[in-house]
Amino acid sequence: MITIDHLTKRYGAQLAVSDVSFSCTPGTVTGFLGPNGAGKSTTLRALVGLATPTSGAATIGGRAYRDLPNAGRQVGVLLDAGAQHAGRTGREVLTLAALVLGVGQERVDEVLGRVGLADKPAGKRVGNYSLGMKQRLGLAAALLGDPQVLVLDEPANGLDPDGIYWMRGLLRGFADRGGTVLLSSHLLREVEAVADQLVVIAAGRIVAQGSKQELLGGRGTVVRGPDRVVLERALRTAGIAVVGGEGDGLVADADPLAVGQAVAAAGAVLTELRPAGGEGLEELFRSLTHADGSQQVQEVAA
Amino acid sequence: MTTTTAPAAPAVRTPAISSPSLLQLTRVELRKSYDTRAGRWLLIVIGLAALGVVALELFVEDAPKTFADYFPFTQFPVGILLPVLGILLVTSEWSQRTAMTTFALVPRRARVLTAKVLAAVLLAVGGVLAAAAASALATALTPVFTDSAMDWGLPAAQVGQVLLVQVISVLAGVAFGMLLLSSPLAIVLYFVLPTAFSILVNTVSALDWVRDWLDLSTTTMPMYEGDLDGQGWLQVATSVALWLALPLLAGWLRIRRAEIA
Repeated sequence: MITIDHLTKRYGAQLAVSDVSFSCTPGTVTGFLGPNGAGKSTTLRALVGLATPTSGAATIGGRAYRDLPNAGRQVGVLLDAGAQHAGRTGREVLTLAALVLGVGQERVDEVLGRVGLADKPAGKRVGNYSLGMKQRLGLAAALLGDPQVLVLDEPANGLDPDGIYWMRGLLRGFADRGGTVLLSSHLLREVEAVADQLVVIAAGRIVAQGSKQELLGGRGTVVRGPDRVVLERALRTAGIAVVGGEGDGLVADADPLAVGQAVAAAGAVLTELRPAGGEGLEELFRSLTHADGSQQVQEVAA
Repeated sequence: MTTTTAPAAPAVRTPAISSPSLLQLTRVELRKSYDTRAGRWLLIVIGLAALGVVALELFVEDAPKTFADYFPFTQFPVGILLPVLGILLVTSEWSQRTAMTTFALVPRRARVLTAKVLAAVLLAVGGVLAAAAASALATALTPVFTDSAMDWGLPAAQVGQVLLVQVISVLAGVAFGMLLLSSPLAIVLYFVLPTAFSILVNTVSALDWVRDWLDLSTTTMPMYEGDLDGQGWLQVATSVALWLALPLLAGWLRIRRAEIA
């Protein structure tokens, strides 16, 4: 259980995080979403004791991170995959952590295998790793102490599509076994596929939070057909409001059944009919973060 | 008679999680000093340098040839290079950004810093032992290459004071590292500042008292021979306060409060 309680972090005159509150419950994956520079990393650093909040608190299972007896056994942390000594091998990085955690060398080999770095890659120096391999090593380090909580900052950075798919499975499995996962991202698609809960932050403030369903519900249906004009007329005739969607698609303000019936009544042809899931979140995300005039919002749409 | 198999015990997470002991953390910090190429080479170079100077002394004809003569001589390269290892023990956490991992694993930063200090002390002891081994080798070879006989005598005071002076040098390195948190800056200033200070206080005669009380190389010089006594201990204490205690304290407080990013 992670609880962020009215957390505020100020650097001089600059307010990096302002009155942020949310919690993550066991068995769920929480996506912490926001453009770069929105305050995600600052919040996570405050959570794991690397930064001291100006006010408010962050706790894990009701205790401040600094008060956990052996933090790595309870919380797996990956804040920056690049923050490893380039001269150490992957296995050595984990061996050092294992000595602190009090777990054996066999556990090191086990997690190396689990993240796909067993054998040869484990013996290579981290300086020769790709960013994707560093992320895998970082995940291995986070999993090493068999924690109940994972805190991951942009864990999918540098992973190839296979790697992202693999990581989703790993995090889903971790949560399904009762673990708590908090992962941040500036890439919407990445979080959408795995998160149960979403917390959206922009310019240091929480702008939306809730379950994925809550945030995405009631956002209409995507409709596509060979003749857009005919479709639009058919829907308007049935009293369904329509707006232009992505490409030549339309987004109708009704559920797929009503839209299908309206189109069938008009004798029109459909090539696509589905709930406007991703678009809804993307639109929401873009509008929320744009409103705050954050400079790097473009990346979000990527 | 039938046997029944007991149902498998439910998987219970054992909650017996204990903090890493200071011994464990010291072991980790010690390991960090030699598990990279830079660290390993520095240790090898220190060993070779000790062997090099002792060979020099062995083959220079009019140099004295007892164990007690070799021993302080071999300490010089150790005393110069080992502090660099002490500096890197701290600064590499920042230059390689591993501080994030280190302090996320052990959020009570003072424990990590204490472990680093203890690891540095152990490195100093290791350095003295390595130098002693090189001296022993030279002593054993003395009758082979020279006309002198083997002389193993070594006063206890000399051993103790040499150990202490090496611990002081390595910890001064750690202190500079903690204060500056940058490898190149700490290494350069560690060598340049005390040297410039020495030159200044040695050339300006009005500053003699400064040299006698605050110049670490002057105050610790007699320790290599085990000759420190009386007022000398006080002078070592004042110069250690300036070059070791002060930067260590300032660096310690800074690291405890700093944001690690």
